[in-house]
Amino acid sequence: MAAKWSLTGALRGMFQRETITEETWDDLETALITADFGPDITEQLVEALRADVERLMVDDPKDLRRMLRERLEERFAEFDPTLSLKERPAVILVVGVNGVGKTTTIGKLARFLVRNGQSVVVGAADTFRAAAVEQLATWAQRAGSAIVRPEREGQDPASVAFQTVEAAKVHGHAMCIIDTAGRLHTKGGLMDELGKIKRVIEKQSPIAEVLLVLDATTGQNGVNQAMAFIESAGITGLVVTKLDGSAKGGFILAVQERTGIPIKLIGQGEGIDDLTGFTPHVFVEQLVG
Amino acid sequence: MAAFGSLSTRLTETLAKLRTKGKLSAADVDGTVREIRRALLDADVALDVVKSFTAAVRERALGAEVSDALNPAQQVVKIVNDELIAILGGDSRRLELAKTPPTVIMLAGLQGAGKTTLAGKLAKHLAGQGHTPLLVASDLQRPNAVTQLQVVGGQAGVPVFAPEPGNGVGDPVRVARDGVAEAKRKQHDIVIVDTAGRLGVDAEMMQQAANIRKAVQPDEVLFVIDAMIGQDAVATAKAFQEGVDFTGVVLTKLDGDARGGAALSIRGLTGKPILFASTGETLDDFEPFHPDRMASRILDLGDILTLIEQAQKAFDEEEAHRLAEAIATDGFTLEDFLKQMQQLRKAGNFKQMLGMLPGAKGMREAIDSFDERELVRTEAIIQSMTPQERKQSKILNGSRRLRIAKGAGVTVTDVNQLIARFDQAAKMMKTVAKGGVPNMPGMGPLPPGMRAPKKGGKPQGKQLKRSGNPAKRTEQPMSQAEPGSAFGKPKADGAFGQLSGAEQETLQRMLGNR
Repeated sequence: MAAKWSLTGALRGMFQRETITEETWDDLETALITADFGPDITEQLVEALRADVERLMVDDPKDLRRMLRERLEERFAEFDPTLSLKERPAVILVVGVNGVGKTTTIGKLARFLVRNGQSVVVGAADTFRAAAVEQLATWAQRAGSAIVRPEREGQDPASVAFQTVEAAKVHGHAMCIIDTAGRLHTKGGLMDELGKIKRVIEKQSPIAEVLLVLDATTGQNGVNQAMAFIESAGITGLVVTKLDGSAKGGFILAVQERTGIPIKLIGQGEGIDDLTGFTPHVFVEQLVG
Repeated sequence: MAAFGSLSTRLTETLAKLRTKGKLSAADVDGTVREIRRALLDADVALDVVKSFTAAVRERALGAEVSDALNPAQQVVKIVNDELIAILGGDSRRLELAKTPPTVIMLAGLQGAGKTTLAGKLAKHLAGQGHTPLLVASDLQRPNAVTQLQVVGGQAGVPVFAPEPGNGVGDPVRVARDGVAEAKRKQHDIVIVDTAGRLGVDAEMMQQAANIRKAVQPDEVLFVIDAMIGQDAVATAKAFQEGVDFTGVVLTKLDGDARGGAALSIRGLTGKPILFASTGETLDDFEPFHPDRMASRILDLGDILTLIEQAQKAFDEEEAHRLAEAIATDGFTLEDFLKQMQQLRKAGNFKQMLGMLPGAKGMREAIDSFDERELVRTEAIIQSMTPQERKQSKILNGSRRLRIAKGAGVTVTDVNQLIARFDQAAKMMKTVAKGGVPNMPGMGPLPPGMRAPKKGGKPQGKQLKRSGNPAKRTEQPMSQAEPGSAFGKPKADGAFGQLSGAEQETLQRMLGNR
């Protein structure tokens, strides 16, 4: 077993030094890059901190850590992470590339909402991937939510989405979460399909949130993904999953800053209750220690 | 990574400064290496790997002799590319089949890497080669992974061994062991064991994978990894190497636009070969791994290397020398004009070549409006002339022109225009050949954007060494000054000069006039 890599761990050594030296900066750069912040943000952060350190004539690495934390928190907190679910039914459309954990996220989100006294229906509009409907059904059962399944194999996902919203209205469900098939953001046809799903849903009810699920292990490609999904699905929030692994997900800062779309939810485990809201302070605290 | 500016663009900027130099200085190399380092990090190559890689490149670049064919900047790029391919493709191999069947292949990887889908693809691939694979559903963790494998198996037309329903029920180790026994009984020659996805940090799940490995003694353990993974590839690969000691790697989701630096990281860290790439949603989107494609993808160098190669191949040097001499002695004929054109066409689809030039992406429109058939038409006109007419364009009177037009299937106006353009080109080349700076008589304005790619990454020959007028050269944009040296000094390997300089100018003039 490899030891769990962490930014905290990587930074510990450097913060334990007596004074800030060139090596400290090297270590900081390495740590940030390893956490997937990417070369651009890493460079910005290191430069900004260098300037601060010089200006304030700080030479205690502990102060540097505090400054790093503040800088990161400031940048992460630039956007509002609250989910807006005021509509009834509040329609949430979940999108993302293959294998990022969309279905799992929906299961967790449904559970979270059910536990908070909402009645939830999930729509299995991933009619493409083998057994995706069954996977969602299992999660729906665990979460205690209703589910709308496609009537036949390979049914048009937009029609499943439509039926889900319809069911939510008829049965008075407060929340309506729609799963979609994973699609690589480079596939034009599949991306257009999302636009269609959106349009079809909007005939019934406005969409409260379009959530893009991003895998924390993703590297700098996350930005491309977000850009493409904004264009065709008009996403309103980001969900970062698999943060319980060794990945630090630094790239989400770049995604948030470049797209202006806030991070709203974080998945940190395989259990059904491991989905939380995004709190910049807590997130940075975990990241930097 | 459009927003970041691709490596091609950035390198082109860095390299532009190097162009005039005949040798690589340490500072030049450092500048280039810095850009490459950045590009590799943008491509998610692990930092450790980037560090050792750039160190190796730097050393080689400094020690390298300056090649005759490439300028210093191109040389660095070539070294980088060579090194990348060497790392990615070193001891590449195929699947190793057991001497006594069944061959057992175990799949392992993170959640969502695409194992189950890959199991289907691999099974179909092997079935297509005449094997009789059996899929074994040992992922009993993820909800309905078993069902998914059954569906995938059905699509691939391969039987699936799935005694347990999954969803957390059943013992995956036993299923794997029984699966192999089943294969022996039913005479399947290959067993593919799908296992549950796991995080590198999940000790319990990793132990389970290790137990499966121990129980079935696989001939191949394939580590399935998503091409989009970031720096975490290191931790993950290490964890899996220690956990299940994989024997080969499969990259999935290569149909996305991730640059896939993970491939390099994993090769660099574990030395394990990458066997396959998975490139799409259907079961047939599966292919053996191509190191060279991956290298240029990671670097995002457009296809600048292909361009260099194509140009090198197409222009055989003797021809170039002969031509240069002919022009120097005032003998640029329509025959030569035709040869140049043919060489250019040999270099491949001209439009495609334009597209390959870094920086050319922004000028799609100009490229699209370029009519490749124009070259064909010009060729037809010249080929409709008699040898004498080709040598002495002066004898082309009205009736000859009419005959040529008929022969080439064009109008007399077309023929007239071609001859007018040729006369201008010949005049210009003569000036150039005498060592002067061409002032391009009658040169119309270039179509917008057509000039940009030439400055960007056009193949440069050694003509840089020579110059008609050194003082003027430094002031003049390269694209205008180069042809002078190329044609004026045949000995100086003017191969590229023709393509990049006068030849292109001439061609563009032809386009501009139309």
